[in-house]
Amino acid sequence: MRLLIGFLFSFAVAAAFGLGLTQFALTRGTAFGAITIGAWTAWPKTGTSDIDPYARAAIARSGELPIGSGDGVAFFASSDDTGRVLDGRCIVTIAGTTPAARFWTITLYDLDGRLIPNAADRYGFTSQEIARRADGTFEILVAPRARPGNWLPTGGIDRYVVVLRLYDTPVGVATRTAKDAPMPAVAAAGCA
Amino acid sequence: MIRWLLWLLGGLLLGGIVHLATVLLLPRTATQDAYTRLSATAPANNIMPLPAPTPDDAVLPFMDPAFATAVCRYDLAAGPLKLRVPVSQAYTSVSFYARSGIAYYAINDRAAGRRIIELDLMTPEQRAEIPDDDEITAADRLIVESPTPTGLILVRTFGPEPGLMPMARRALVAAQCGTQG
Repeated sequence: MRLLIGFLFSFAVAAAFGLGLTQFALTRGTAFGAITIGAWTAWPKTGTSDIDPYARAAIARSGELPIGSGDGVAFFASSDDTGRVLDGRCIVTIAGTTPAARFWTITLYDLDGRLIPNAADRYGFTSQEIARRADGTFEILVAPRARPGNWLPTGGIDRYVVVLRLYDTPVGVATRTAKDAPMPAVAAAGCA
Repeated sequence: MIRWLLWLLGGLLLGGIVHLATVLLLPRTATQDAYTRLSATAPANNIMPLPAPTPDDAVLPFMDPAFATAVCRYDLAAGPLKLRVPVSQAYTSVSFYARSGIAYYAINDRAAGRRIIELDLMTPEQRAEIPDDDEITAADRLIVESPTPTGLILVRTFGPEPGLMPMARRALVAAQCGTQG
C-alpha cells in the first residue's frame, strides 16, 4: 500500500513538474541561440534548419511561421531597457537608430501574436513612412491616446510585445553585440 | 521522511524525462500548426493570396501587416514544383517551410538578382533522378530541396506605406506555383 502511494506520488510529481516545465519553456521562450541587445531579443537560428527543439515545439504550438534567415530577422521586446514590462496604459518611447537593413518594420502585437485593435487602424511603422529627425534618428511614441509625431496606439491593452523586423540585413547568427547592431532604446515615459 | 524525499526525487527525475519527451513529440501531435491551419483553405500545389491580418482575424500569428502574403501549400508526391515570382518594386521574398514549420530556405529579390525569381522545388530523391549533364537545369534554374514531401511556400511583397499595399497585392497576382509538365 505504501509502495503504491509512493508511486502515485512520484508520478503526480513527474506529470506536474514535466508538463509545467514544458509549458513554461514554450510560453516564455528559451535562451538557446538568442541575441539580446538592450530590450530586444532575436533568435536568428529559428529561421534556419538549425532550429532548436524548443523553438520547433513552440512554433508547432502557436502556428507561427518564423521569418527565414534569407529574408530577415525579427527582434522582440516585451520590456523596456530597465527590464520593466511594457504596459499599454503608459507611454513608452522607442528612439534611436536601427541596424543596417534594406527595410525594417516595427509592429505591436498582443502576447498571442494578434494585432492590437485601435481606432486609427495603425499597427506599426515601416522604415519608409516613419518621420525622422534631421540626423536620421527617429522616435516612436507607444501610447494609449493620440500623440503628435510617430504614434503607435496600444488600445489600452495591459501587456504587449514590440517586434522590429529587419529585411535584407547582415544581422543574423553571427551578430553578438550592440556594435554590430545598434538597436533603438526602449524607455518608459510615464503613465497617462 | 527520507522515503518521501526519495519518492519526490524520483518524481522530479521522471518529470525531466516527461518534459524532454513532450518537447520532442509536440511538433508531431500539433493540431494548430501553420500547415494544418492553411490546409483548410489553401489548395495543394497552387498559389493563394492570404487576407491581410487584422486584430480580429489573422490566418497565422505574428504576421507582418506591412506585407502582402500569398501561400503555396505543396505536395511533391506528384512530381517537382515550379515557382515563378515576378519581383515587386519595393521588396519581395520567398520563404520555404517544411511540414513542421521549419524555415529551411529563404531568398529575396536582390539575392535572386533578376526581375523574376524562378525556382524548382523537389525532394532529394527527385533531385537525384535529374541527369548530371542537363546543363539547362544547372545554369538557368535554382533548385531547392525540400526536407519533407509536403510544406509551405510563402511569397511576400512589401508595402512601404498603407497606400502602396494595393500595389504589393497586385504584384502577387502574377506569382505562379504548380507541378511541372
